[in-house]
Amino acid sequence: MIIKILGSGCTNCVTLERITRQAVADLGIDAQFEKVTDYAAIMSYGIMSTPGLVVDEKVLLSGRVPTPAKVRELLEPLTS
Amino acid sequence: MSVAERLRPTTPTRRWVGLVGAALGWFALYEVNLPLWDWLVYDLVGLDPSSQLGSGVHFFFYDSVKIALLLVGVIFLVTVLRSFMSVERTRAMLGGKREGVGNVMAAGLGVITPFCSCSAVPAFIGFVAAGVPLGVTMSFLIASPLVNEVAIGLLFGMFGLGPTLLYVGAGLGIAIVAGFVLGRLKLERWVEPFVFETRLGGQVIDPAAGLTWEDRIQMGVEEVGVILRKIWPYLLVGIALGAAIHGWAPQDFFTQYAGAGNPFAVLIAVLVAIPLYSNAAGVMPLVQALHDKGLPMGTLLAFMMAVVALSLPEMILLRRVLKPPLILTFVAVTGAGIIAVGYLFNAVLA
Repeated sequence: MIIKILGSGCTNCVTLERITRQAVADLGIDAQFEKVTDYAAIMSYGIMSTPGLVVDEKVLLSGRVPTPAKVRELLEPLTS
Repeated sequence: MSVAERLRPTTPTRRWVGLVGAALGWFALYEVNLPLWDWLVYDLVGLDPSSQLGSGVHFFFYDSVKIALLLVGVIFLVTVLRSFMSVERTRAMLGGKREGVGNVMAAGLGVITPFCSCSAVPAFIGFVAAGVPLGVTMSFLIASPLVNEVAIGLLFGMFGLGPTLLYVGAGLGIAIVAGFVLGRLKLERWVEPFVFETRLGGQVIDPAAGLTWEDRIQMGVEEVGVILRKIWPYLLVGIALGAAIHGWAPQDFFTQYAGAGNPFAVLIAVLVAIPLYSNAAGVMPLVQALHDKGLPMGTLLAFMMAVVALSLPEMILLRRVLKPPLILTFVAVTGAGIIAVGYLFNAVLA
């Protein structure tokens, strides 16, 4: 699983990455993290509000920092 | 588990009961705040209400609690209401709008759209890619920080409805006119070229879609925590300065230099405010203390607006998409609008 954190490096993106890493550890998922800071690349996903969470090229979240529970909920069906 | 997650209700009935309970608790705290500190500072500790120390200490504690309560209430309400809007929806509404009508809409939407200045760059690119004119985009970018929910809540709590409406009206007016002027100046050549080449890919994601009431309420609770954590140092410094002015500054000290008699007062207030990096929450206690000392409302509103609308960190972010001459023009036009509003209010309200 490739997880991309989209955002220019503001606090929100750092928080999102921390929460997602925690969720990944909790669920025991084998995932690679990538940071996407280039604006053109961020926008190529159709995202206008950062931070964004992209898993295997699919946008799961944008525009707000989710709760850890929400991230687990989003990642769980993708583990199989 | 975060506080917000633990507070998450399990049934709709519990959710509404919880909300009503929280609202009642809020009003109770707000009502006991003044008698509590009267009793603690003047009766229990025995400080003299007419002394500098007494009134300064009382102002500090009473104001801290009052402002904290106002902020919690306002941020929660605004976040829940704003969860129905998003930058993506705003962009869809503004796409293809002409200047004029577009500027008015953009300023209004700038107030009600949830917007973090860290998203200023993708939002700017997204607007331009959707064919929103540069001036209309600027109206949005000016109104969004200028008409600030924290400032609205605090102004309303401290000065009542009149000054709050003046502030909102003035902020909208400045955003509309400044955006329109910037659009007329045809400054597209000072936008970084990559902006016009960047395209929003695939389907545009709308973060406001598919939210439940539980989500919105949880977002409200979380946002209260996030904003309070971010602004409390500014708030405490502001209140402490306000308390010092309240208790110790001589009655005529400020009116002598910045009162209605000084024609340059508004201009100086705005120039001082631009490099001053604070936010509405940090500035408002100062504004209140200075108002008590007899400074006119127009000067104070101009000062506050310049602090929140013209901040260096936002300029640095916008530098990624705008060339320096356009940023300078943006600051000059917005600053001129704020100065004009300050003088207008001083003349009208005097």
